[in-house]
Amino acid sequence: MIDWSGYLTLILEGALVTLQLTVMGSALALVMAFLAGLGRLSRFFIVRALATTYIEFFRGTSIFVQLFWVYFVLPFAGLTLTPLQAGVLALGLNVGAYAAEVVRGAVKAVGREQTEACVALNLSRYQRMRHVILPQALPLMLPTFCNNAIELLKGTAVVSLISLTDLTFQAQVVRAQTGNTLIPFTTILILYFAMAWSISIGMRWLERRMSRSLDGVRT
Amino acid sequence: MASPIIRIDNIVKRYGPLTVLDGLSMDVMPGEKLALIGPSGSGKTTILRILMTLETISGGHIEVDGEQLYHMKKGADLAPADEAHLHRMRKKIGMVFQHFNLFPHKCVLDNVTLAPILTQGVKKADAEKRAMELLDMVGMADKAKSVPAQLSGGQKQRVAIARALALSPKIMLFDEVTSALDPELVEEVLNVMKRLAAESDMTMLLVTHEMGFASDFADRVLFFDRGKIVEEGKPQEIFRNPRQERTQTFLRKIIAAGHRV
Repeated sequence: MIDWSGYLTLILEGALVTLQLTVMGSALALVMAFLAGLGRLSRFFIVRALATTYIEFFRGTSIFVQLFWVYFVLPFAGLTLTPLQAGVLALGLNVGAYAAEVVRGAVKAVGREQTEACVALNLSRYQRMRHVILPQALPLMLPTFCNNAIELLKGTAVVSLISLTDLTFQAQVVRAQTGNTLIPFTTILILYFAMAWSISIGMRWLERRMSRSLDGVRT
Repeated sequence: MASPIIRIDNIVKRYGPLTVLDGLSMDVMPGEKLALIGPSGSGKTTILRILMTLETISGGHIEVDGEQLYHMKKGADLAPADEAHLHRMRKKIGMVFQHFNLFPHKCVLDNVTLAPILTQGVKKADAEKRAMELLDMVGMADKAKSVPAQLSGGQKQRVAIARALALSPKIMLFDEVTSALDPELVEEVLNVMKRLAAESDMTMLLVTHEMGFASDFADRVLFFDRGKIVEEGKPQEIFRNPRQERTQTFLRKIIAAGHRV
């Protein structure tokens, strides 16, 4: 008989790494999404060009290649990252590129008329964005952000390729040591699903909270 | 005699091959109430949008309150206005839109206080006090905590009027403010505006299809057609005794369509 408790601890440790990657990767992705998404709407050509280049490049190349590049190639340029740093950087930049288009789309979906009202009220460009456009665009972004966060969570599995001990890596370890495939992979299947499910629930809660005043049910 | 608060000099506005305003000139005196009437596409809304700096111009000059609107002095020459200049000029002008354009994520009170707090540095408490006075004037004080989605069109438009007034502009622009309303809601908005016109010394420009209202509201009526002012005069002259054939045709059509004059 195999004593599974030690192996379970191993897998849970992996879950913690996956969680870390997801949270930090999402944080970076969020920052990049707003930088590049709003950058694409800038009135300055150079800002638009930079944002577009970033988005097209990271959407257009594979996350595997990006990760290997960050981890194995950057050291040649004098920048050596830990596997966790490399993982967060690659995942955050990759998913951020997709999410940037979500930001842009949502901002554009808030009608022109709102901007015109802001001009008539003499709000500055920053004030328009901060107080009028973004508060209305955010609830529009959330459902797709939820998709992006789940994609990122599932994408974290690729970091096992640069020897980061995430959920998938640990399952491989357990499989190699016990010879059992069913139990470790079923366990991580359930754990991935549970994490994705909690992201969904959290996002749905946020969405309800944010769109409440727009539906007119504010007291 | 006082000098005009708005001086429009030979304005041209083109959208690609389409010329909307074709060398339009007009002056508006301080405190004057103007009604701009005419068929759709005649350029009357465009002139309001140009004054609010929502459009650019293809040619000509506009002076508002003694200063160029779209140009600024650069030494002896005039240069296109930058954002800071436009910001300064917009302080003088307010606008109420056909579709209200209220901020749906903010309650009525916040809709009115947002701009004074952000652009004039008014303290929140003072802004709210002033906002409540204005909301009271338009009969919306009891809805201060409602969000726009809970209001009827007429109520929304009255809030929009209060919101524009909160900045105390010298010039107010009203762009077909009753066109998007159900017929039974038009009256409440017109009543607010009639009172406003009678009590305030603000300069007001109104684009409307409500001829009866234009007649009550305005000191002077301008009839627009194809980007030009075809005829202008006191309401009685324009509505009772139009000289130009195009004005006569337009008014006949309006009456036939059931609008009161």
